[in-house]
Amino acid sequence: MKSSLIKSTVIFLGLFFLYFPILVLIFYSFNENKRVMVWKGFSLRWYNELFNNEQIIEAFIISIKIAALSATFATILGVMIGYSLVRIRKIPFKSFYIFLSSTPLVLPELILGLSMLLFFISLNNVIGFPSSRGQLTIFISHVTFCIAFVAIIIQARLTDFNKNIEEAAMDLGYNYTKVLYKITLPIILPSIIAGWLLAFTISLDDLVVASFTTGPGANTLPIVVFSKVRLGLSPEVNALSAILMFALIIIGLFYFYFNKKFKH
Amino acid sequence: MKNKLFEKYFVFSPYFWLVLFFFIPLAIIFKISISVSEWGMPPYQDIFLFDNGFKINTTFENYVYIFSDYYYIGSFVNSLILALISTFFCLLIGFPLAFYIATSNIRLRNILLVLVVIPFWSSFLLRVYAWKIILQNNGILNVILLNLGITSEPLQLLYNQYAVIMGIVYTYLPLMILPLYGYLNKFDLNLIEASKDLGLNRIKTFFKVILPLSVPGIVAGSLLVFIPVVGEFIIPEMLGGSDRLYYGKILWEEFFVNRNWPGASALALSGIIILVLPIVIFQILYSRWSQKNEI
Repeated sequence: MKSSLIKSTVIFLGLFFLYFPILVLIFYSFNENKRVMVWKGFSLRWYNELFNNEQIIEAFIISIKIAALSATFATILGVMIGYSLVRIRKIPFKSFYIFLSSTPLVLPELILGLSMLLFFISLNNVIGFPSSRGQLTIFISHVTFCIAFVAIIIQARLTDFNKNIEEAAMDLGYNYTKVLYKITLPIILPSIIAGWLLAFTISLDDLVVASFTTGPGANTLPIVVFSKVRLGLSPEVNALSAILMFALIIIGLFYFYFNKKFKH
Repeated sequence: MKNKLFEKYFVFSPYFWLVLFFFIPLAIIFKISISVSEWGMPPYQDIFLFDNGFKINTTFENYVYIFSDYYYIGSFVNSLILALISTFFCLLIGFPLAFYIATSNIRLRNILLVLVVIPFWSSFLLRVYAWKIILQNNGILNVILLNLGITSEPLQLLYNQYAVIMGIVYTYLPLMILPLYGYLNKFDLNLIEASKDLGLNRIKTFFKVILPLSVPGIVAGSLLVFIPVVGEFIIPEMLGGSDRLYYGKILWEEFFVNRNWPGASALALSGIIILVLPIVIFQILYSRWSQKNEI
């Protein structure tokens, strides 16, 4: 009896700690007052102002575009890495391959961002491209560090995979490519979707790497939000937070749904 | 024959991308970090000079410059201490949570796990911003403290190192809980019962049975928190004050404010080395330790 009380208390306090700040943020987004911290009354004023704020809307569209594109590229390349590491024996310089595909996971974003920026500048000096930085350079950087996250999900999924199904299909006359497209990929599809969702969220949320690789006409949502709240509070950002938190949490739930699916 | 072609395509497409956009950028950082800096654009000299015959023009001065100035070393040390403290508190909060979730019944367990990880999916920047609201002078925490009569005037909770630690522990906690849970989940609960039957009390059971068996999870979770926190830039920028400078801020300013590209590159590479070395040493020690203890 006593231990179950401790248990419930610990779990309750833990969850309270995790959710309290999010609830505070949502609560204050309904505050009428321009001074965020002084409660004046319930209002949807800041939601209205948010939807009329062109800077934020534009940044949102840019962010979604970059996130969708980089998640798609990262998923294609990440699936290839996951597949190669589990199924293909002959990989030249395999430990270098593993190094390349796993280091972006642990490298501080700041160092990654700096290296990408200096790379683009050097590339421009050598071949004259990219002449200015912007959405393309953010896209390339995001693909590069999202690949690793997708690869790790696919690798885990393929390690669990029952190889007999693939072998049976081979015995029945399917060739290598056909097995991949008709058997393996459809079976791991939920994990591929989960990988895409993870990459999408990481790209959408990234501030540091985007700050390094951005240029004219490529202010992503986190860059705009950061410039607004770096020194103070912003009622519009409160409204944005409430909406974004809600949307991202739903994406998260989908991720769990797809990632857990294969375990049953 | 066809299989070979297909395998090559699968291996080499991501290989090509990562060499071009990950490895070469790292090599460029290295190159610039050993270049001689000068005023101009770009603010460094080429490392290969051809004007009077071929000459290699490199220097280690950028590294000497960093490691002889307390401004830089101090910020490294501050970041390492910050990462250590934050990891410790994540562990302190994360361990009991992960343990109790792992020992719940299966249905509750999955729900709790999703509940713990879901905040991690919502925006990182906005979760840090939420703490800015909570810790304001007229923020919710100060209101509570005032009403309880604990203080008579609002406390300055924001813009200091404690606010930074708070923000880090909050945002990184799920990264600690997940691997901990992963190991504790495989844990045979009967072992706890057995140890109790054999007469060990709660505290002894914890230190002799539960803790040693969860070491792999503790190691994995601690690394997941420690490494990114050393390079953390956003949280000190949003919640921290001028009382402490951290590695991330120094690197950012060296590049964007001082426009010292070779210096910033040298800082970045030193960061990698300083970060990677303790981890490698730690893993060697750890694998020796676990072989000895046959875990």
